[in-house]
Amino acid sequence: MTGPSPELLVLLALAIPFAGALAVAALGRWPNLREAATLVTGAALFAVVLTLSAAVFGGARPELAGLAVAPGLALAFEVEPLGMLFALVASGLWILNSIYSIGYMRAHDEPRQTTFYVCFALAIGSTIGIAFAQNLFALFLFYEALTLSTFPLVTHKQSPEAMRSGRLYLLLLLGTSMVLFLPAIAITWALSGTLDFTAGSLLAGKASPLVIGALLGLYVFGIGKAAVMPVHFWLPAAMVAPTPVSAFLHAVAVVKAGVFSILKVVVYVFGPDALRIGSAGEWLVWVACASLLLGSLIALRQDNLKARLAYSTVSQLAYVVVGAALATPAALTGAGLQIATHAAAKITLFFCAGAIYVAAHKTQVSELDGIGRRMPITMTAFFVGSLSIIGLPPLGGLWSKWMLGVGAMQADAGWVLGVLMVSSLLSAAYLLPIPVRAFFAPSPEPPSEPVRIQEAPLPCLLALTVTAILSILLFFQAEPIAALLRGVPGAG
Amino acid sequence: MDLINAALSKYVYVVTIFLMVAGLFVVVARANMIKKLVGLSIFQSSVYLLYLGPAKIFGATAPILDSDYTAYSNPLPHALILTAIVVGVGTMALGLALVVRIHEAYGTIEEDEIFEEDGEE
Amino acid sequence: MTVLAAQLPALLIVLPLIAAALVALVRSDRVAFAITLAVSLVLPVIAALLLHRALVAGPISYQLGGWSPPWGIEYRIDVLNGFVLMLVSAVAAVAAPYARRSLAAELGDGHATFYAIYLLCLTGLLGVTITGDAFNVFVFLEISSLATYALIAMGRHRRAALAAFQYLIVGTIGATFYVIGVGFLYLLTGTLNLADMAQRLAALPDEQSRAVLTATAFITVGVSLKLALFPLHFWLPKAYTYAPSWAAAFLSATATKVAIYLLVRFFFTVLGVDVVFDRVLLALSLAGMFIASVIAIYESNIKRMMAYSSIAQIGYITLGMALSNKAGLTGALVHLLNHAVTKGTLFLALGAVALRLGSVKLQDLAGLGRRMPLTMGAFSVAAFGIIGTPGTAGFISKWYLATGALEAGEATLAFLIVASSLVSVIYMGRVLEVTWFRPPSPLALQAKDPPLSMLGPIVIFAAASVYLGLDTRGSASIASLAADQLLGARP
Repeated sequence: MTGPSPELLVLLALAIPFAGALAVAALGRWPNLREAATLVTGAALFAVVLTLSAAVFGGARPELAGLAVAPGLALAFEVEPLGMLFALVASGLWILNSIYSIGYMRAHDEPRQTTFYVCFALAIGSTIGIAFAQNLFALFLFYEALTLSTFPLVTHKQSPEAMRSGRLYLLLLLGTSMVLFLPAIAITWALSGTLDFTAGSLLAGKASPLVIGALLGLYVFGIGKAAVMPVHFWLPAAMVAPTPVSAFLHAVAVVKAGVFSILKVVVYVFGPDALRIGSAGEWLVWVACASLLLGSLIALRQDNLKARLAYSTVSQLAYVVVGAALATPAALTGAGLQIATHAAAKITLFFCAGAIYVAAHKTQVSELDGIGRRMPITMTAFFVGSLSIIGLPPLGGLWSKWMLGVGAMQADAGWVLGVLMVSSLLSAAYLLPIPVRAFFAPSPEPPSEPVRIQEAPLPCLLALTVTAILSILLFFQAEPIAALLRGVPGAG
Repeated sequence: MDLINAALSKYVYVVTIFLMVAGLFVVVARANMIKKLVGLSIFQSSVYLLYLGPAKIFGATAPILDSDYTAYSNPLPHALILTAIVVGVGTMALGLALVVRIHEAYGTIEEDEIFEEDGEE
Repeated sequence: MTVLAAQLPALLIVLPLIAAALVALVRSDRVAFAITLAVSLVLPVIAALLLHRALVAGPISYQLGGWSPPWGIEYRIDVLNGFVLMLVSAVAAVAAPYARRSLAAELGDGHATFYAIYLLCLTGLLGVTITGDAFNVFVFLEISSLATYALIAMGRHRRAALAAFQYLIVGTIGATFYVIGVGFLYLLTGTLNLADMAQRLAALPDEQSRAVLTATAFITVGVSLKLALFPLHFWLPKAYTYAPSWAAAFLSATATKVAIYLLVRFFFTVLGVDVVFDRVLLALSLAGMFIASVIAIYESNIKRMMAYSSIAQIGYITLGMALSNKAGLTGALVHLLNHAVTKGTLFLALGAVALRLGSVKLQDLAGLGRRMPLTMGAFSVAAFGIIGTPGTAGFISKWYLATGALEAGEATLAFLIVASSLVSVIYMGRVLEVTWFRPPSPLALQAKDPPLSMLGPIVIFAAASVYLGLDTRGSASIASLAADQLLGARP
């Protein structure tokens, strides 16, 4: 059946969030209408993206020529498999995040809710822009827009600590992007004469392995949102934000935008071959593995639940970077899968953390003994999410780690497999005790009365249940995603 | 010898250069603001000479039509310099007004004293 | 109607001139402001019509008084100076509403003569741009300069008079150097008409003769004093810091741009590009870009910081000129507009800050972001424009400049252009950090956004600086066309 053309869908996908932001701002005085605007925007966006994905699954690569800003610079958009996956993940999880936010913000009676929802809409709009960017210029523009639109979200509480964290957030992300990412883009253009993402490679044969290695470094550390150590400090600092923001940051948009950008750069700017041949990218495998392990180790030591999840994110993001660095077909597929599975799992975990805070006002892991009896649904979801992070069946997380392992073997880097397995063990160590103790350990307060179920507000509960089910679904439905990713040049 | 001959025959330019450099020197080397303005004025008058000198053409007459003559001195530089003199007068007036204002504010018109009082920046 | 249309070039000069005389007779501040506003709004219309005709039908030649060139004075408008005329008059028009509140606060009552002097300055700037006669340039240059000295001296700080005096000395030397240069050219060619001079210079037997070189040197140094090319920039920081805020904004957006236009006109149309000066200009531009930016980092008076930032930005423009290829020159010309808009925002915003706080010291601006969100928001947008973030006008200029550098085979130059942006990240970042992230200073606590007449121009300029970063069809294509004409003008 003939529906709207793919190009129109791309335009809609870009326009809907920004139009939604305007609508939310206009309806600020009527909270129910305002929330409805957010949900309608989210639903519309997801519908558009879903329809678009049908075309892309079929092999189409819709393009949207936007603004020609200057010769060689254009705000243009093109949808390819990686971007499609990212857009699907982001827009799908955004609706759930919005539902969760509504429950959370109302339960807490948080101030400045209109600003909150407007920035949320702007942020998802920027994310879609990043997903569909056709060249480095457009990518950079929306990347910066994402930093700026999430800043008010991070500093939402406006306490001194929030402002300090917000400052670090802005400093680190803007700093790395201006000082490293932008020069990297400039050098790329100087070497190749264009900024367009090219199947094959933008820099094919135009730079020596040394230059490629150095340029890769500029990109990886310049894309601070990917939180590769040591530019990861903004992530734990951003924990000061309300949990819906943390969930959005860590699962839906910000960090995913980071690793997505790195993947995109690796595949379309350098080309997987450049990283394999001549070992220009080998140093990145080491750095990413270090980030992987260190993140897990530091997570072990965190008593604050959100902090533990933050470092877990640092570690899990490094999986994507490892996959990008290995650059073998399976590794690239695994990296793409990891974006999806980690998003679903991590958002579940964050939703649970927020639910625990709202319902029981507890933030530290040590306080969570026995809470499973009061919040069984939440902790079950937490358990499900943990399994995905660890990489156990029947959760989607298994497939991403599996493919990464296969990719490591393809690159004759069996030791990476070892690193992955150690990290899984560590993940188990810092995640599993929580649901286990929640259900089986006696609660610290003496039971004066029979334990009642005291769950989080309904919207929150709904959201985290759906994302947990999603994580399970991804186990069974990984193949379509993998098929989609095989359309990425160099993946398989 | 050649140089002296050239200098003597083109004495207008020698005077011009002398005034130019002398004026600039006074502007730069003197801290008193009125003296700076005087130097500026000297510098500007050197430019007048630069234009007027070549206006006079040897063997030509004043620029009034006369059937006895075929060559006339160039009147255009004179017109230009009249304009320049007026500009110079305006500049001088403004400069002096500023000096009066500065004197009211600082009590002195020596630049080094003012910088000491104010902090050089 | 066509009679009027034929006289438009003269009208562009005559209107502000007569208005200046009128305003000088007026006692009331409000009437003076009203006349100024009216004239300021009419001028861009005229300039737009002229630019349009120049784009469509080719250069316009207007004979002043009916005397035909090259003996009569000719106003000649092609794409380049049409563009600059548009720039100057549009900036003046957008900034005009701002004047009333700002001047009332900074100068008190009875400042009607300020407007008269401002209109004279505007006349002078437009005159320099529109005229096709070398000496006429000097006349208008001095009209605008003398008016500028007076405008600066009217600042209420006592150092304003001092700054104006220093600028007077330096500016007059500059103008006189220019006259000396023109004198040499007149002796060589016998004409003062720029177009005619170009032809006759080309016909001279030995183009690199010492006289032409000397003339070029004098003109370059003279005009460089006016445009604050490093190291002849030292008058600018003081002048812009102590001038009344509106005057500083207007001057930073227009005066140096007109001087740059003059240099471009002489370099490319009249003299033809000279290799020696290319290298020198390049070196001085780079020096200005870096040194001025580094000095800006240490400044605690934000107006002075912005003044040094201007010097650095002028370095970019002269760098584009020195590259002398199409992309470089396009970058330089488009930066005339982009910098005018960006710097205009910054100075106007600082004027609003001065209005509300009474100070422009960095520590007094702490926490101002929340108190004056629109003003500081516009300031932040313009700050990103100075840094050259993609999405702003400043990026477009740097893009063209970098393209030009690469075309000329100078990859290190392109790298330096990017590197100097990083220095501006430091000082702009400092200001942004203090205004947005610190707890409010005692002065900032009672601040709020300025009245609409001031806020409007600030926001319009800020919006323009983003718009010109995304839609460059107008600015870049005109600049490109002008660059083509300039480069094709002389072999």
